[in-house]
Amino acid sequence: MNDSYRGQWAAYPDALGRFGDYGGKYVAETLMFALDELDTLYTRLSADPEFQRELDRDLRDYVGRPSPLYEAGRWASRLGGARIFLKREDLNHTGAHKINNTVGQALLAKHMGKTRIIAETGAGQHGVASATVAARLGLECCVYMGEKDVRRQALNVYRMELLGAEVRTVSSGSRTLKDAMNEAMRDWVTNVDNTYYLIGTVAGPHPYPKLVRDFQTVIGREARQQCLDATGRLPDALLACVGGGSNAIGLFHPFLDDEQVVMYGVEAGGLGLDSGAHAAPLSVGRPGVLHGNRTYLMQDENGQILETHSISAGLDYPGVGPEHSWLKDLGRVRYVSVDDQQAVAAFTELNTCEGIMPALESSHALAYAAQLAPTMAVDDILVINLSGRGDKDIHTVAGLEGIGLQEGSDEPNQGPF
Amino acid sequence: MSRIKARFEGLRSSGRKALIPYLVAGDPQPRLTVPLMHRLVGVGADIIELGVPFSDPMAEGPSIQQGHERALANGVSLRSVLAMVEEFRTRDQTTPVLLMGYTNPLERMGFAEFTDAAVAAGLDALLTVDMPPEEVGPLNEHLRRAGLDNIFLLAPTTAEARIETISRAATGFLYYVSLKGVTGAGHLDTGAVADRLARIRRCSELPVAVGFGIKDAHSARAIAEVADGVVLGSTLVQLLADTAETESEAVQLDAAAGLIATIRAGIDGADMGQ
Repeated sequence: MNDSYRGQWAAYPDALGRFGDYGGKYVAETLMFALDELDTLYTRLSADPEFQRELDRDLRDYVGRPSPLYEAGRWASRLGGARIFLKREDLNHTGAHKINNTVGQALLAKHMGKTRIIAETGAGQHGVASATVAARLGLECCVYMGEKDVRRQALNVYRMELLGAEVRTVSSGSRTLKDAMNEAMRDWVTNVDNTYYLIGTVAGPHPYPKLVRDFQTVIGREARQQCLDATGRLPDALLACVGGGSNAIGLFHPFLDDEQVVMYGVEAGGLGLDSGAHAAPLSVGRPGVLHGNRTYLMQDENGQILETHSISAGLDYPGVGPEHSWLKDLGRVRYVSVDDQQAVAAFTELNTCEGIMPALESSHALAYAAQLAPTMAVDDILVINLSGRGDKDIHTVAGLEGIGLQEGSDEPNQGPF
Repeated sequence: MSRIKARFEGLRSSGRKALIPYLVAGDPQPRLTVPLMHRLVGVGADIIELGVPFSDPMAEGPSIQQGHERALANGVSLRSVLAMVEEFRTRDQTTPVLLMGYTNPLERMGFAEFTDAAVAAGLDALLTVDMPPEEVGPLNEHLRRAGLDNIFLLAPTTAEARIETISRAATGFLYYVSLKGVTGAGHLDTGAVADRLARIRRCSELPVAVGFGIKDAHSARAIAEVADGVVLGSTLVQLLADTAETESEAVQLDAAAGLIATIRAGIDGADMGQ
């Protein structure tokens, strides 16, 4: 089935922004001009060697790339199965993969002569990464964040403010990432003359799913070469968590032609898929249209978007990037889920076993790896995208254990148990 | 001939401009929507535009967003909106009714099922905010087959070639968004609107209504001098919200009718000036 796409993966989306039936540009006419302008500019710059050099320089000197591929030997031997390698995106500047994309899009904003950047954020990692690049380029920065997320990610809110950004709390709808995205779109359409909308994931209208993917594929290009260098061969399986799906597509995309490499996208199972309180549209949702693209969504029988739940704010989103929907239907990537409890267990395990504190988002990928590795041979190779570090989640995890830390102790437990 | 076409031809021959009030269906109370529609027609509304509530109304400002949230809290769905249209039609067979909504609820119902139900209910037209001409193909076929008008938005940033493309996909009228922003936003520059409308008319024969940013009789009058129709949305939705908590339904109906009568007078003042 995938043969027809061999060597062609990068040719998608097509000119209309479609990955098969998914993607597109489902936006009000008021945004079409801005999207076309961005598409035209990006098409030109992505083919410009000088732009690529500028980007590579920023990724090396500012982000700190390449990020290491670390073999988690002690954890692997405890699990008793495959060799496990962690792609250390947590070691990037600002502590997550999000900066790969914001550095790239900030260059686009600069080339467009925009003086103001807006962004939406869930866990706050993309907001921090946006505020960071805005500070560096001397651009005004406004970050939209759902009221619920502002409470559970207080540390990142303060980080953004320290970076000179304005954090605008969004109190409409479900008060999480999806509503922050609605509000950012409304800002963009109003202030489009001077404002660049820096979307943080591979969702949104075309060309965002394409350009965010392109900026994140540095993860997979590096990991592929690092795995070859370290082991002399390609991995047997790749794992990444999927909220919007930018860290996952970044790891997966450069391996799509390597048919022997099995890929797992791990969604947030929340309190369990049967509970309805989760954020797993690829596992149990159905296709629809939200935020400018057609993709799998969590929705009710009337087509209203459902509220989601995940212990991890960065996965708490009812949609997913359209390319993931396409890869699911093609069967190229397997989409699975783990629940809150399993993710927290993996968070703890990596701390005590490897001295690495993963983000709760990334802990979902780790938790599935803990199930998968023991079923594999000892010389099999598993690569997990450790997409971010977990400092921001300390309050959440402490709250689960009934420990109220000094700051934020009034809201220690946004989780279910 | 569609009710909308007939309505605009009738208005044109009498030298008048269309007044198009916008309500979120089911806001503030589902039982008020049909009585409101009749009252607004009674004080001079020419076309009724009903917002179909959606969980993520991306193009709306705060007033209309909150209207969507209230309607959803009242359990309103696309099917119940069509039931309201059907009820309205039992007493009014001439006033066109237009639904303005977002793609996902339509898709979930299914285009075929929607258009069948819409025709049965007596609906006239549909404006799908997040379905530009690039994406509208399958829906447009269903609408055309059912004889329903498809209304498209035009923005201040829409280039002339694109106006022509949209005009070819559209029937009924074109809906010009008068400013950069969301519903209910900002300050209206009527001079700029006049310039843009002149350009739109070079590209299309369809009547052009103007919305987003019209707040009172004065701005309605200025717009009516250059447009074929005036849409009033956020101000009406906000008025209903402000009176929902404290006033009786009769007072709410009177207040809404009073606002629309004022706008009507503003628009007709413009007509007389021509």
